[in-house]
Amino acid sequence: MSSGADPVLAVDGLRKRYDDTVALDGVDLAVADGEFVAVVGPSGCGKSTLLRVLSGLEARFEGRVTVDGTDVRAGGSDDVGMVFQEPRLLDWADVRENVAVGLPADVDPASPAARDRVGDLIETVGLDGFADSHPGELSGGMAQRVSLARGLAYDPSVLLLDEPFSALDRLTKADQQDHLLDVWEQRGTTVVLVTHDVEEAVYLADRVVVLAGQPGTVASVVDVDVERPRERADPDLVALRREVTDALGR
Amino acid sequence: MAADTRRESDVSRESDAGRGSTGGGSASEAASHSLGPVSLPAASRFRPLLGLLVPAALVVGWHLVVATGTIAAYQLPTPVRVAETLYGMGASGELWGHVAVTLRRVALGAGLGIAVGTVFGTATGLSRTASDLLDPLLQSLKNIPSLAWVPLFLLWFGIGETAKVLLIAVGAFFPVYLNLSTGIAAVDEELLEVAAVYDLGRVESLRRVVFPAALPSLLVGIRGGVGLAWMFVVAAELIAASQGVGFLLSDGRTLARPDIIVASILLFAFLGNCSDVAVKEVRDRVVGR
Repeated sequence: MSSGADPVLAVDGLRKRYDDTVALDGVDLAVADGEFVAVVGPSGCGKSTLLRVLSGLEARFEGRVTVDGTDVRAGGSDDVGMVFQEPRLLDWADVRENVAVGLPADVDPASPAARDRVGDLIETVGLDGFADSHPGELSGGMAQRVSLARGLAYDPSVLLLDEPFSALDRLTKADQQDHLLDVWEQRGTTVVLVTHDVEEAVYLADRVVVLAGQPGTVASVVDVDVERPRERADPDLVALRREVTDALGR
Repeated sequence: MAADTRRESDVSRESDAGRGSTGGGSASEAASHSLGPVSLPAASRFRPLLGLLVPAALVVGWHLVVATGTIAAYQLPTPVRVAETLYGMGASGELWGHVAVTLRRVALGAGLGIAVGTVFGTATGLSRTASDLLDPLLQSLKNIPSLAWVPLFLLWFGIGETAKVLLIAVGAFFPVYLNLSTGIAAVDEELLEVAAVYDLGRVESLRRVVFPAALPSLLVGIRGGVGLAWMFVVAAELIAASQGVGFLLSDGRTLARPDIIVASILLFAFLGNCSDVAVKEVRDRVVGR
């Protein structure tokens, strides 16, 4: 599955249960350093649950989940940043302060180095000039980019994204996708993106993991061997889109 | 260094420009002004004064019913008489002593109640165990009317300042406790998950997420607490005091001086309003950032 070296993120035989409902069963996944993996699946297949396990928000599960070789329950999740489906910003804090929430614990947010880092990230996500704005003054797309900058401030080994563009209109969504690709290429961060949008998955990812069933399990893995930068209408991408859609059983 | 400052100033300039273009409010306002009749802005400026019309009419009516003898002057003095009494007490200096004593009691009592309410509200808001232990008791204590405490407090603490300040503190405690406890417990679970994912730790997530999120609730509680402090100070001073606006009130009854009674009531209204406006102003500054 992964190319050669030890995977940054490894999931072995993951089984996650909520009371009587099994959300995920027998999920295996390995993500290599710097890889961009998309996880697609229909609603209710446990995509978001998978991210919650990876980010350490769900402590109870069976199986083995490691980041850089450390179990997520034993501090492995410390190396994981997460961009939620909603921006989840602090309304009372300005953009600078919101991004600074993501700074690692050993960085003093008031230090000049931290301020520069936050300033650079705000620039990286294309929000220069809005550092002192509050979330209420931002559009949905801008708020989501603040959330992305917060995730990057953490400088995680793995950045998890939970359908971050699902609430955006089509044009904004396309912009944000390209924007994410730029950031990923610049920083070489490992990315796991959960989405229900097949077109988005195939356009962005190196590899598309199809989750299906109830409980959810890996139904298929589709490699996207298309050179970057990609054209959205590239016939190869369109063919892969069909392959993923077939794997989803649609 | 120089490059840094330059970038900073660029940033602030751009943010101003951004606000101008996204806001657009000032532009449309200006448009409506130029379209409307010239008298419109003037009329809206005087709109707050409309609130004075009804009270003014009431004062005139009050004067008329007393002046025409519909109500006897020994039961209700004329507004002018009340004003003269207030002025007289102010000029002799008697008034300021009473006002200062009452203000001091309210400030100490409300301060104490707010402080203790903040501690208990934080504890029960954060800890399920603390909430299970304390909340049922406090919820039932809050239903005890203020006057019911008076005999007990007099018995325990005598007729000195302690009893009065503690009674007022009891009044101010409950709104602060109830609002803060609920406010902290109701902090958005989604934001707490953000704090967890970014490993803010217990102390930092309280400082950066939980307390700021609960601050509006605390301020609502403080406003209610200060309001109740004024109710409780009357209860305390009516029954056992030799000084204070509440004492003036009961003294007016003893002396059969309705002008003093009405003057005291108006004083309470004025002081209570001032403190309420002050607390509301603080709240708007803090929350309406």
